[in-house]
Order: sequence, then structure tokens, then C-alpha cells
Amino acid sequence: MRVRIAAAAAAALLAACASSGGGSGAGGGLSGSITVDAASSLTEAFDSLKQKFEADHAGTTITISYGASSDFATQISQGAPADVFAAASTSSMHVVGSEAVNPTNFVTNTLEIAVPPGNPAGIHSINDLAKSGVKVAVCDPEVPCGSVAQHVFKNAGITVRPAASLADVKTTLAAVESGEVDAGVVYVTDVRAAGDKVDGVTIATDVDSTTSYPIAVLKHAKNPAFAHAWVDFVRSATGQQVLTADGFGKP
Amino acid sequence: MTAARRRSGLGTPALVVPPAVIGLVFLALPTVALLIRTPWSRLGAIYRDQHVWTALRLSIESSLWATAVSLVLGVPLAWVLARVRVPGIGLARAIVTIPLVLPPVIGGVALFNAFGRNGVLGHPIHSVLGRDLPFSFTGIILAQVFVAMPFLVITVEGALRIADRGIEEAAATLGASRSRIFLRVTVPLVLPAIVAGSVLCWARALGEFGATLLFGGNVPGTTQTLPTLVLSVFQHDPADAPALALPLMAVAVVVLVGLRDRWLRPVAAS
Repeated sequence: MRVRIAAAAAAALLAACASSGGGSGAGGGLSGSITVDAASSLTEAFDSLKQKFEADHAGTTITISYGASSDFATQISQGAPADVFAAASTSSMHVVGSEAVNPTNFVTNTLEIAVPPGNPAGIHSINDLAKSGVKVAVCDPEVPCGSVAQHVFKNAGITVRPAASLADVKTTLAAVESGEVDAGVVYVTDVRAAGDKVDGVTIATDVDSTTSYPIAVLKHAKNPAFAHAWVDFVRSATGQQVLTADGFGKP
Repeated sequence: MTAARRRSGLGTPALVVPPAVIGLVFLALPTVALLIRTPWSRLGAIYRDQHVWTALRLSIESSLWATAVSLVLGVPLAWVLARVRVPGIGLARAIVTIPLVLPPVIGGVALFNAFGRNGVLGHPIHSVLGRDLPFSFTGIILAQVFVAMPFLVITVEGALRIADRGIEEAAATLGASRSRIFLRVTVPLVLPAIVAGSVLCWARALGEFGATLLFGGNVPGTTQTLPTLVLSVFQHDPADAPALALPLMAVAVVVLVGLRDRWLRPVAAS
């Protein structure tokens, strides 16, 4: 891989020298497009990173699909074409197996309870989610945010009977935003991204509600040089700055 | 005979055979593949799983409810569409076909806007009764009625249009009231169409996925139906998913066999 990157870098250098403008060397020789499959909780952070990257590298296009990490894991193992996979849990990355080249954790995220503005049902702690009559939305247990939620309920010693079990974290957030449920178990980053459309209720740290996000270039990536450049950018100081500003934790 | 036909150019042109075979194989292969890949030896174990059993029961119960609601509302609606001559009836017929052309997921979003806690009708219901329709058994039935009732309405309407009105007129001359004629003459007259429409409606309700996934909530044991369970199972045990498709495929076969005279033969004859 390293050889390939070196070759790509050399090619980039040559391309930069050959280009008449000279000043356009920032393009780094990357061209074409890549497809990134990313956990839906990464939507806001990756959208702004994509803009920065494409601005820095003229002529590049990054297509990002957001959804449940578990869906992507199944699709990638069934041969779905993608260059990079960024999952919300190591177990989703594990499903992909050897298709992922050196997965590395790049951020962490923590669960938080999202409630409609003003908190009409009076949710103040995770224990309130177990009360009868409280309508709670969670992610499907297969999806990372859902499996971490189950883990948290277990650690807190409570039984939550959710009203809705939804496809991914943004759908769960949407159920809270639209006021269809009294509370939803989402990530800290989703509550922050939703602005004043939801309020957040912190989950006590003793129930271990943190998950690690791995990212990897995929073995069958069509544009591996570009894919590696994107992963490096996400893990760079600039990338980490954007991610932590959105509420993600350091890996 | 065949030789004569071939000579006269009335036999099968060689040109149509390869595409026809490819087309048929393409349509058959996915279903055949499901049967090939079904883990027959583990079938018992898969179906003993509590979630599968509950999802199957929920699917059957909710789809039967949805068919019953569709019958009560749909047959009178079909009668109105077929017999009432007022301006705007064409618009009413177009409204009935909306769910047929609307992607089911959009149907789910639309149902939220209508019957959700903050929906057009859902909000007053929530304020007055303190009850919410989404994420409940009622919510599943609602989603299924929305997508399935049009099949019943359209089938019955078609039959009412071609039904012999002479018998109804005879009943009227003999002094039967309009409601009595509807219940004792019209309905029995189009009964085969009502049965066919109900079967189609039930099959569509049983297979409902998109609107149910969103509006129903997909919670195992309470609102997870067989089609939405298949998605969840496909995500963690893809090999088990074909086993869960079997009951739904069996229904498809029953519908095709049951309705072959009504649906397949006329198409073949025309």
C-alpha cells in the first residue's frame, strides 16, 4: 500500500510540474470520484469535511451515503461498490472482515437522550425511559446506536419497552423532532446537530454509553489513492478539529 | 402440421426464443434461488424463535383486520365510484389510485402527517383521546389499509360496471328498498369480485413493508411484522432470511392459483 501511495504522490508531483499554471499544485494530483459509506451520525461532520476536501483538491468528487452502519456492512460484504467505510461501531466494521484494509478508530461518540423542546414528558435521566406511558424511540438493535442503547439499558438495570425501533440514528432523531415520541436515544452529536429542534438529557457516565468509530479504505476500492487521501484527511488535525467541534470525542 | 406452419411462416420465429427464455429465467431465478438457499434443516429452529412466531402472528392478524376494514369501507366506495354520476367522481377515482402509485415509504411519511401526534387528524385525536396512532398495532392496520384498500375498490368497481343491472331493476319494481337491493342483490351479484379483491387486498396488506416500517415502529413482539423482520434478520443473519420469506411466498402462490381464472386466463386469451 505504501508503495502505491508513494507512486501516487510521485505521479501527483509530476502532474503538478506538468500543469501550466504551477499554482494549482494543491490539487495533489487526485482526480475522479470516490464513494464513502458512512454512519448517519457522521452526516454533518462529513458533509463539511467533504466540502473542504473538494475545495482543496479541484476536480475531485466525494459521494457519501449515510445510513445504518449495519446496513452498509451487509451491503459491502455482498459486494456493494464503495471506496471507504466509516462505521459507528467496531462490530459493524468486523462484519466487513478482510474487505476493510487496516481499520482505525478515528473518533468516539456517546449516547444522549433527545427530547422535544421543553421536554414535555419530563425526562431527566435514563431511568425515566423505563416509566410506563413514556414513548421512547431507539435504533434497531442491529444498528450501532441501537446496540449501544441496549447495552446502556442493561448496565442501568432497566427494562425499556420502546414505542419505535427505527432504521438509523437520524430516523430516531426525526421521530423526536416531529414530536411523535417523548424521547429518543441518539448520540451527543445528533442532539448538537439538531440545534433547537430538540433538547438533550445527558446519560450518566457510569453506564458506558460510548462507541468507537472505525474508518477503512476497502480492498476493492476503485480509486485507492483518493480513498487513502480522504481517510488521512479525516484523521488529520483539520479533520479531527471539525469532528470534535461537532461533539465527537478523541479515539 | 408443424412443418406446414413453419413453411407458411406461422410457427415460432427463432428471433423471439432467446429473449423469451432469458426473460422467463430472469423472473424465475430469484424465487428459485430463495428456495435453493433456504436452510431447510434449520427451518424448525428458525421458526421456533419467539420473534419469528410473533411477527408471523402479527402479520396475519393485522392483514386480516386491514382486509376487514377495507371491505367495510371499500365495497360501498366501489359502488359510489361505479354508479354515482356527479361532477368530481373522476377525481375521487384518482384519489383511490394514489396509494397504488405512491412509493410506500412516502406513504409512511404521509401517514405521519395525517395521523401522527402532530398530524392533521392525529393531533386532535391525541388532544381529545390521549391516544397516538403511530407505533401501535392500530398504526400497522392503518398503514396496510392505506396501501391495500385500492386493490379491493378497483376490482369491485370494475365488476359493478359490467354487472347486469336488470336484476336490480327487477328488485326495485318488486318494491325493495335501495339499501336492501345493495345488500341482497348487488353485493351477491359481484361476490366473486369481492372475494378476488379481498384476496389481492389481503396479500398486499400482508406484504406491506415501507409504510409499516416507518409508521408501525418495527418493535419485536409488538409492531414487527414478517416483512420488516426479514430486513432485520438480513442485517445480522443473511443466510436465515430466505427461510422467513417462505410464508410470504406461499401466500403469493395461493393467490396466483386461487385467482388464475380471473386474472391469468383473460390476459392469456386477449
